[in-house]
Amino acid sequence: MVMQINATQPFVDQFDDVQSRLPGAKLPWLEAFRKAGIEKFSKIGVPTIKTEAWKYTRLPNIDCKEFRSANLEDGQVAVNAVAKFLPDALNQVRLVYVNGIIRPDLSNLINLPDGVSFEPLTQALKNDPEFIESQLSTEELKYDQGFSALNAAMMESGTVFRVAKGVQVKEPIEIVYMNGGTDEPIIRHPHNVFVLEAGSQATLVKRHAGIATGAYFNNAVTEIVVGDGAILKHYTVQTDCVEAIHLSTVNVRVGKDATYETFNVAIGGRLSRTETRVRLEGRGAHCNLSGAYMMRGREHCDNTTIVDHLVPDTTAREVFKGVLDDEARGVFQGKLIVHKDAQRTNGHQLSRALLLSDRAEMDAKPELEIYADDVKCSHGATTGQIDENALFYLRSRGVPEALARNLLIQSFIAEALEEISDENVREAIASLVVHWLPAQCFVADEWVQA
Amino acid sequence: MLEIKNLHATVGGKEILKGINLTVNAGEVHAIMGPNGSGKSTLSYVISGKDGYEVTEGQILYNGIDLTEMEPEIRAAEGVFLAFQYPVEIPGVPNVTFLKEAVNAVRRHRGEEELDAMQFVKMIKAKTEELGIAKDMLKRAVNVGFSGGEKKRNEILQMAVLNPKLAVLDETDSGLDIDALKIVSDGVNQLRSDERAILVITHYQRLLDHIVPDFVHVLAHGKIQRSGGKELALELEEKGYAQYGIAAE
Ligand SMILES: Nc1ncnc2c1ncn2[C@@H]1O[C@H](COP(=O)(O)OP(=O)(O)OP(=O)(O)O)[C@@H](O)[C@H]1O
Ligand SMILES: [Mg+2]
Repeated sequence: MVMQINATQPFVDQFDDVQSRLPGAKLPWLEAFRKAGIEKFSKIGVPTIKTEAWKYTRLPNIDCKEFRSANLEDGQVAVNAVAKFLPDALNQVRLVYVNGIIRPDLSNLINLPDGVSFEPLTQALKNDPEFIESQLSTEELKYDQGFSALNAAMMESGTVFRVAKGVQVKEPIEIVYMNGGTDEPIIRHPHNVFVLEAGSQATLVKRHAGIATGAYFNNAVTEIVVGDGAILKHYTVQTDCVEAIHLSTVNVRVGKDATYETFNVAIGGRLSRTETRVRLEGRGAHCNLSGAYMMRGREHCDNTTIVDHLVPDTTAREVFKGVLDDEARGVFQGKLIVHKDAQRTNGHQLSRALLLSDRAEMDAKPELEIYADDVKCSHGATTGQIDENALFYLRSRGVPEALARNLLIQSFIAEALEEISDENVREAIASLVVHWLPAQCFVADEWVQA
Repeated sequence: MLEIKNLHATVGGKEILKGINLTVNAGEVHAIMGPNGSGKSTLSYVISGKDGYEVTEGQILYNGIDLTEMEPEIRAAEGVFLAFQYPVEIPGVPNVTFLKEAVNAVRRHRGEEELDAMQFVKMIKAKTEELGIAKDMLKRAVNVGFSGGEKKRNEILQMAVLNPKLAVLDETDSGLDIDALKIVSDGVNQLRSDERAILVITHYQRLLDHIVPDFVHVLAHGKIQRSGGKELALELEEKGYAQYGIAAE
């Protein structure tokens, strides 16, 4: 108990400290929202080993005082190259943030399609505060996790993306968050709001990357609404540096006949945790929550998903595959909740991990909670090593061992990449996987085509 | 080309090969026959260098060089090829990628230019047509979902593109239909030359009707029990292995 107060209090002090300087400080509803957030956070505190949802992920002994709030100068850190998600796309619509501060010089909004608004949260709070208010409910603060409640209190950056009714955006829209390179480690609390109105379609790609070595703490919340008949493809690539802490909570509401497809790639980070909570609220709602992770050293990656099937005829699919080397740890927690009326729910969940070292570790906890009787749900979790017979087969054909191992790792991950329906995105991610691999390896375009 | 001297080998701590002596010269085709479990596949794995197959005594000389300490990929690059009795499935790796990497790895080792995508495709197309291999087998993952016969054809395709000096074929005939047996045999016969040697492991005379061996050996109890000409196979077909003191091991 004492420990918990010690870990929590400094964050609360930090809030008191910066409260008046946070964006939208003059908006009464936002002030109330922040207040509800900090109260909730004080009550829940930072997760401990007793927190069920954090059972396998322990926060390294963080001293909050290690992380100061960011200031405007932190946004001016020199960036050699923007860590683009889609390197080859011409005139890509892209917002680039450095330590949470928007960098117009690195961003491009020239080709922003009609019917799409895409701007930093700080700006949206000035331009369209009513819209943001409508998306954040003060009545009942739903965040039941310490860090998402803290984000509610502290939100100071993030992106608002909104696609008007019926608008179909073909080209992907990109967000790049780059962190680090500051004199002292900083903490950020980005809050994203993505709303696809009825019948709209869009692809949003998001990249998180480290600027230099050194610690930083990213505590993000993303609120997503996919309206009736809308389709959102939301892809995230996280290549944070080895000392970074990256916590992300994604709350999604999916409407009637709507689809939410997400793929989360995690490469690196001392601790990265993504908790995705999807509510399938309309008949015919579908979600695909999948991902791949590749960890080495003492990195730790946690993918936690909770899907609520609330009405009949909804479907969910999850495929997570990861590679763990050295002393890296992976966690997958997947919960499917089929509510009483949600007949004909179809849920499929798969977690597979490949351990490259004896000291690497994987914890997988699939969970089904079913209250309806006509449902089809399946889940599976496996942890294995490189197939020695396959390795020998490759070597017996002249393929050197290191290359053969890489090919087997690539092919293992490739199965998860098949969940990505956007071909360009799949290729971009495949080449990131190739870059993660040790030593020489295969070129990406040869193995994703199959 | 291949000189096996007093070869002893253990698998999982159990001695399987108990003193094999076998000499195969360039230009020759040898057949090895023998009851189930006698150590034929073990011999083929030891020649190609599979982990877990430990040579405890003796030597395998390949063109005068001892193979036993050599990595499997170096053996392959030096021209040793094994067509597996049970080809391995590799999900997620397209057959064509696998073949290209294998060919180029071997070419690199031999100091030859790597083939670019165009050159490779041209070469592989010609070979698949020659061997009557369906094009979609190139796109599919290595051996995954291949029928028994398709897997064996795929082994021969690999052999054809890797152009080995010493080919060991472990029951490549089993699972093949009559036409495929002919195609595969033709593929092997095309490889026959003064610079190459072929070791065929089989249970059946019908393969040896197509690939006529210069010598036939009977392997039982981990040793070569008898060697002879092609007539020996016919005799075995008639009399079985009972005379070697084995019904089944
Ligand atoms: N890992 C292992 N541990 C213990 N024994 C093994 C192992 N692998 C193979 N063996 C044994 O070695 C013996 C020889 O097997 P091998 O596969 O070489 O036989 P074979 O002559 O090829 O038979 P077949 O004609 O059925 O293919 C068998 O008795 C087999 O059970
Ligand atoms: Mg055998």
